[in-house]
Amino acid sequence: MSAVAEKAVIAATKPARGRATGGFWRRVARHVLRDKVALLCAAILGAIALSAIFAPWVAPADPYKTSMIRRLLPPFSPHFILGTDELGRDMLSRLIYGGRVSLTMGLLPVVLATVLGGSLGVIAGYFGRHVNMAIMRIIDVFYAFPSVLLAVAMAGVLGAGIVNSLISLTLVFIPPIARVAESVTTQVRNQDYVEAARATGASAARIIVQQVLANVTGPILTYASSLVSIAIIISSGLSFLGLGAAPPIADWGLMLNTLRQAIYVAPVNAVLPGAMIFAASVSFNLLSDSLRTAMDVRA
Amino acid sequence: MSSLRDRGGPAQPLLSVAGLRKYFPLRGPLGNTNAHVQAVDGISFNVMKGETLGVVGESGCGKSTTARLLMHLIKPDAGDIVLDGDPIGHGGITPRELRRDVQMVFQDSYASLNPRHTASAEIAFGLKVHGMKSGQAKEHAHAALRLVGLDPNLFGDRYPHEMSGGQRQRVNVARGIALNPRLLILDESVSALDKSVQAQVLNLLADLKERLNLTYVFISHDLNVVRHVADRVLVMYLGKIFEIGPAGDIYANAAHPYTKALLASRLSMDPAHRVTAAPLTGDPPNPVRPPSGCRFRTRCALAETICATREPPLNDIAVAHQVACHAVTPGSGHSQAGGIANAA
Amino acid sequence: MPPEPLVEVDNLSVRFVNRDIDIQVVTDVSFQVDTGEVLCLLGESGSGKTVTMRALLRLLPPHARIGGRIRLAGHDIAAMTERALEAVRGPVAAMIFQEPMTALDPVFTIGTQIAETIVAHEHVSWREARKRALDLLEMVQIPSAARRLDAFPHELSGGLRQRAMIALALSCRPALLLADEPTTALDATVQIQILLLLRSLQQELGMATIFVTHDIGVACEVADRIAVMYAGRFVETGPVAAIIQRPAHPYTAGLLHSTVQVDSRGARLASITGYPPDLTLMPPGCGFAPRCQYRQSDCDAAMPDLTAVAPGRMARCPRPLLAVAG
Repeated sequence: MSAVAEKAVIAATKPARGRATGGFWRRVARHVLRDKVALLCAAILGAIALSAIFAPWVAPADPYKTSMIRRLLPPFSPHFILGTDELGRDMLSRLIYGGRVSLTMGLLPVVLATVLGGSLGVIAGYFGRHVNMAIMRIIDVFYAFPSVLLAVAMAGVLGAGIVNSLISLTLVFIPPIARVAESVTTQVRNQDYVEAARATGASAARIIVQQVLANVTGPILTYASSLVSIAIIISSGLSFLGLGAAPPIADWGLMLNTLRQAIYVAPVNAVLPGAMIFAASVSFNLLSDSLRTAMDVRA
Repeated sequence: MSSLRDRGGPAQPLLSVAGLRKYFPLRGPLGNTNAHVQAVDGISFNVMKGETLGVVGESGCGKSTTARLLMHLIKPDAGDIVLDGDPIGHGGITPRELRRDVQMVFQDSYASLNPRHTASAEIAFGLKVHGMKSGQAKEHAHAALRLVGLDPNLFGDRYPHEMSGGQRQRVNVARGIALNPRLLILDESVSALDKSVQAQVLNLLADLKERLNLTYVFISHDLNVVRHVADRVLVMYLGKIFEIGPAGDIYANAAHPYTKALLASRLSMDPAHRVTAAPLTGDPPNPVRPPSGCRFRTRCALAETICATREPPLNDIAVAHQVACHAVTPGSGHSQAGGIANAA
Repeated sequence: MPPEPLVEVDNLSVRFVNRDIDIQVVTDVSFQVDTGEVLCLLGESGSGKTVTMRALLRLLPPHARIGGRIRLAGHDIAAMTERALEAVRGPVAAMIFQEPMTALDPVFTIGTQIAETIVAHEHVSWREARKRALDLLEMVQIPSAARRLDAFPHELSGGLRQRAMIALALSCRPALLLADEPTTALDATVQIQILLLLRSLQQELGMATIFVTHDIGVACEVADRIAVMYAGRFVETGPVAAIIQRPAHPYTAGLLHSTVQVDSRGARLASITGYPPDLTLMPPGCGFAPRCQYRQSDCDAAMPDLTAVAPGRMARCPRPLLAVAG
């Protein structure tokens, strides 16, 4: 066939794989939206988050208002649908307000650690050799400590309080995220398209931002999202130990501690904050699982 | 177009390589270096303007490393590269300037195109690196797509997973020519394609070479394909050049025993005349500790003592035809040397 | 009465069905292979050749639906349970693959892997099995076979690993060898060694062989008969020499002409226009019609049948080239 005709046929031929399936994130979103479990988890988290954000309008009562007569009322009591705690404060309101602290303590350290640890890991992964060794061996030192112990130790050093807990949790999560980022970046770094980008004469910064980043954020975000559930548990643990939020702030971990003595008298009340921790952390976990599967699928 | 950048005229080689060497260190458990992979070990050759130089060899011969050295993606341990009379580095041309004139087309694989970039974004990337504005870069990218036979309206916004192997390879080629280079290095660019698609891409490459006045370095393990495209052929083995010369000469009158074996290893297309004996036994040896003297001697039927003690240099045996083999070099000390090698 | 063919496949079809996809990858494939015969399935990517071969031993992913009849040395493969199939894989039919590192377990020596297979299927002593393993390594021409028995796969070069994998496949003396592009990843000088080895082993042991490849050169070197596949169907079958000399189907002709030949230097290659087909968007008629230069209206109307065009040769084309050339 002549060259001209050949070109015409080629130009007119439909794509080999049919429908244009769109960019990476659109495909991931499509996959997640079809996963019923993920949607349920997203709904639960959405409910917790929205009620936390709009707490002043959603909460039925003042979470700090104590009442000595109405202590440890069981759920479904009049005006107190989830009962009251050991100081007579409305459980539902405290749980809703507690969501603010607990979710913040779960999300913020992970977000910060992703930015900081991710950057360190990507730089170490891209440049390799000496830079990699310098960064990653320092990271390894921190990695050697179990995360809970590390958090407790740092909280001990820095003192109690929400801000200090946030700092210590961030520091705890930087090493694992850096490791994942470094490993993924090293893989991507060796692909031909990065070589091709280098072959155009682009600077390292440009290549990292424009070529590498888009390919590593997926796995890094998936890993980070699985850390949120751990963060919620650890931060609740820190508050439980008295190293995090201090009374009278509503925080699920702190509530677990203060309601501990009531566990034989009002077991349902005592367990409620734990149930919230459980729900939030499992939902994050399952959601991050779904994200991971979505990213494995090739359209 | 590119004749404006021509500095030395047709007689001056576009690319001149002398004594190029690259060893890769093998690190022991403590990070110490205890051995080297001698990937490319002192090679010298020229690429003349407007020609297609074929580079053939099996795995471990160093042809891919050579490609990356030419692009300065890897820094050579020793040796000089001269682009149209100007040396690279040493105060001459910077690697960045080199990349305006020399570009590479990679082997087709999913990983040769960024999975998160559309075709036109991927092509425009290189243009923006060299200072073009976004809109103009997109225009140029679309023009490059048209040149390779892809309609930019259909393919510009497609991702690699939405394209077939042949289409992806065309995008690879478009990316290579978008910066308007003079020399295109094609590293196994058609090896992973189905044969019918391979033919299309080879035709495309021939068209582009003529239209854009390009010079090609065509690296491949497929001798038939190289025969089809190359003007001159260079044969590599374990980091050394064994033979270099006009394609017609090499395919009809190969002098080096390895080249002969490579040619004889090609599969016959005639079921009535099948290959009856393998020309070479064993596998290519380890590039970490290559044999002393001539690196081919462990598999060569003509090996003698001289081959172990002295490495054969590249010698002229015919017009523009050089071979590195004692057996065909008069006066080398090999019992078979003394006359010019016969055909087959 | 002629002996029963070793392999009898009737109207084989394979469909991949799961939540994301639903594609028919193999349709209406029927063929026979006699003892000692070498059949080559020739096709490009997406032709269905590998899936066809793997269906013979039901080595397909769980979401594959196999239809049709498959008989291997008298066993009805489609109807057998998985456990019964395990007894077939190995002694009756064995497979070799493109990438030996995926077929060989990296944590065991090759001697152990071969001996283990022999013991599992033939219930002989370990010592006897080791001795057989040594014989096998020598049969596949591995130098210093005794030493290599205790080598791990990563300690061997590519060509030796391939030979070790062939030894493993032959360990239970199969009547049928299935080869899935075993030389595609090898260098030219090693590829020819392995092909010659396979040819001599096949003749020596009298095995039937089904060879999957995209390389016409490989088919020319090893096959007695070839079946050209396109978009999941056979488009041409027959003796290899006859097909190479005078192809009947336009796709086969296109493949032959677009393969770079010794004398095509400098000329434009006669390529097949267009791209390999998308199995999810197949037209109702002949799958190759969109790319065929002899296309006419009846080609798009209905799928042509596989009809005889010469003794022992079939082609799926209303106007096969044999008839045209005359």
